[in-house]
Amino acid sequence: MLKSPVLKKTACYHCGDDCLTTDYQIEDKTFCCHGCKSVYEILSADNLCSYYSYNEHPGATRGRTDKRFDYLSDPTIAAELIDYQDRHISIVTFYIPHIHCSSCLWLLEKLNKINPAVQYCRVDFLKKQLNIRYDHERMNLQQLVELLDSIGYEPVISLHDVIKKQNTADKDNLVSKIAVAGFCFGNVMLLSFPEYFGLSGLEQTFRHFFGWLNILFSLPIVLYSGTGYFVSAWQNLKNKVLNIDFPLALGIAVLFGRTVIEILTHSGAGFADTLCGLVFFLLVGKFVQRKTYHHISFERDYRSFFPVAVHVIENGREKPLPLSALNIGNRMVIRNNEIIPADAILLKGEALIDFSFVTGEAIPVNKTLGEIIYAGGRQTGEAIELEVVKPVSQSYLTQLWNNEAFARTRDKRMQTFNERVSKYFTIVLLSIAFATLIFWLPTDAKRGLAAFTAVLIVACPCALALSTPFTMSAALSIFDRNHFYLKNTAVVEQLAAIDTIVMDKTGTITLGAADNIKLEADLTDYQKQLVYTLCSNSNHPLSRMICQYISNPAKLQIWGYREIAANGLTAIVDNHGVKIGNAQFVLDCTEQPSTKTKVHLVIDEKYLGYFSFSHQYREGMSDVTALADNYDLYLLSGDLDHERRELERFFPKANSMYFNQSPQSKLDFIQALQQAGNTVMMIGDGLNDAGALKQSDLGIAITDNVNNFSPGSDAILDGRSFDKLPAFLRFSKDTVAIIHCSFLISLTYNLAGLSYAVTGNLSPLTAAVLMPLSTVTIISFTSLATRFTAKRRKLI
Amino acid sequence: MTILYFLIGCSVLLALGFLGAFFWAQGNGQNDDLFTPSMRMLIEDDEEKPDGTEPPDEK
Repeated sequence: MLKSPVLKKTACYHCGDDCLTTDYQIEDKTFCCHGCKSVYEILSADNLCSYYSYNEHPGATRGRTDKRFDYLSDPTIAAELIDYQDRHISIVTFYIPHIHCSSCLWLLEKLNKINPAVQYCRVDFLKKQLNIRYDHERMNLQQLVELLDSIGYEPVISLHDVIKKQNTADKDNLVSKIAVAGFCFGNVMLLSFPEYFGLSGLEQTFRHFFGWLNILFSLPIVLYSGTGYFVSAWQNLKNKVLNIDFPLALGIAVLFGRTVIEILTHSGAGFADTLCGLVFFLLVGKFVQRKTYHHISFERDYRSFFPVAVHVIENGREKPLPLSALNIGNRMVIRNNEIIPADAILLKGEALIDFSFVTGEAIPVNKTLGEIIYAGGRQTGEAIELEVVKPVSQSYLTQLWNNEAFARTRDKRMQTFNERVSKYFTIVLLSIAFATLIFWLPTDAKRGLAAFTAVLIVACPCALALSTPFTMSAALSIFDRNHFYLKNTAVVEQLAAIDTIVMDKTGTITLGAADNIKLEADLTDYQKQLVYTLCSNSNHPLSRMICQYISNPAKLQIWGYREIAANGLTAIVDNHGVKIGNAQFVLDCTEQPSTKTKVHLVIDEKYLGYFSFSHQYREGMSDVTALADNYDLYLLSGDLDHERRELERFFPKANSMYFNQSPQSKLDFIQALQQAGNTVMMIGDGLNDAGALKQSDLGIAITDNVNNFSPGSDAILDGRSFDKLPAFLRFSKDTVAIIHCSFLISLTYNLAGLSYAVTGNLSPLTAAVLMPLSTVTIISFTSLATRFTAKRRKLI
Repeated sequence: MTILYFLIGCSVLLALGFLGAFFWAQGNGQNDDLFTPSMRMLIEDDEEKPDGTEPPDEK
């Protein structure tokens, strides 16, 4: 009998992955691959091993160490990436997804210990960005990126850097406006207090002094902090839209005008306190509504996924060429793990293309010479040469972005509740105001004017304007906590209005990478060892899965190893002939079609059985498909219908599953549903869903790692929270109900104020009390109600 | 009571000073990254150590 070796898993000292071999060791530390080991060597040479003391296994696994960055020497590419450059120094900002712990922070800010040419590094942890200033006479951009890559922090380099743009876009001085408004609000309140308590005749001089100061403090409020409302109201009027900004701007203008007139004519104390409070609270509401996810981008398209440059052969020499300069007829060289950026004909080499980014399908496809390979695939295996047949923007995949769905900018999105209501609100408000004016005008013109302005002041929809932002931001943080990231607050309302759900298959309802593996054979430990030894020589995903499944680190002697791409492996292991692969290769017969991918095993000419790989559905799939009672559910898949029978238990309705769909036909399908009057939510994951996601009323990209590529969408859902989708939908409806309730509350306040206002007897004190009181009520109601419903839906 | 004019002037000046300080901090980028410094302060300074010393005990 053979003694089975001790099964013991060791975690890589650098990245914490399981070590499948014991080949990489330094002293007592074991590494899973050469990459991890080399990072350790660099760090220990520069005396930076404290990296490992702050956190256990802080590194990223470095499966590949052959990345080429020579395109960064191209001056045009470098110039686009560098933020600032003078004669001696350059400043550049990189996005590094791996930044995740204090060790990363520590190491990245100590880069100059490894290379003194780096003068300054600063990490922005939440944005996962690294800002570097370096001496470009001693080190160029390429060397810098290679340095980062060598220590395991490969930056994501993309010329279409949406993340950077996002960060610079939202600088409209909102914080400064709030600061000024807060400053004026505080001072005006201080100066208004004497008025509230009443001033004696002796103190009348102070009244004028305070009045003048109040006007002075109101000026920056109207001219600086509140300008946004005037601009927006004016623009909307020009477009013949009445939105909530119109009554707000009107309210601000009337408040200011009446305050100035009352103070100048000594006829009253004015409403400076109400005015400042109003603008301050409104701006705070705006600030709360603006939730930004620094590390997530909702606008990505194929450009942020494709490489910056590609290697082409020109006059027998290989050189990097920026993607934009790539033309038909160029001969590209694509190495292992590189992405094919344009439709091309395979000229040389064995192509084994992984289309997982495009279709979500994890198992690579074999291509023969002369075949056209569509852009977006990732080569696994040896280097291949291809001739470009279509420019990057015209290829099968990328032409999707030329569709009109991508050209339009959020036009026919549904109107939010606020937008719908504020139209009627404004009309009603104006009619009440004018009715009051007409009622009083014949008898008492002065009183009529007072009543008219009082109506506009007291009905200023402050609480209404605040109800949506506060409810939505509370809802957004609930979603956020459950790993569901919404692009903005309007998406919550769209979520509530959905009546049709369309899902992609691969990667969306099935787990793309982690397929279920099952061994349908009775193997001894020794035989497992034989299989392990054979498979450990191959990089094929199925081989790797088998290795992980057996996880037996002892290797045997092997010779005569051969790998026939897309077929299988064969070798003599420890004097036993081992053959593993598909039926054609191993058994010399064609496989009967089945729902599973099978890998057959023959040892010493004896058939032992097979490993089967079946797609695993995401957890909670049955909960999600139970939504079929209230929603129309559809499945759109780019695959053939092998799994139709398996999927029927989830989609029992006839005509709810569509297979073999191209990216364009997915988009068309959504469009057809919309034309039939449905409000469609699309859930997808790959680039091939990008068109459908964009066309739908609400596109959700599902991903297992939010830092990874995900197509442009309205929301990004972490795969772990897929089962919570029904709860999310219900919660979004609750949120909309809360907004309706808070609208009623604010209306009550407005009506109470109006009953004073129409008589023309509105005292500044009433206005000053009513406005903050309604605001506080709304804020506390919305946040409490949101928390309560979230608890009921088990989201917190 | 005329002292009030002076006192109010003082209080407004003081408040303006705070507002100015806030604007300075904002323009200086002090509020750009509110998270990383909280992690950075937990990292020990080992700049002073001469080269060749052992890294801290790994556990």
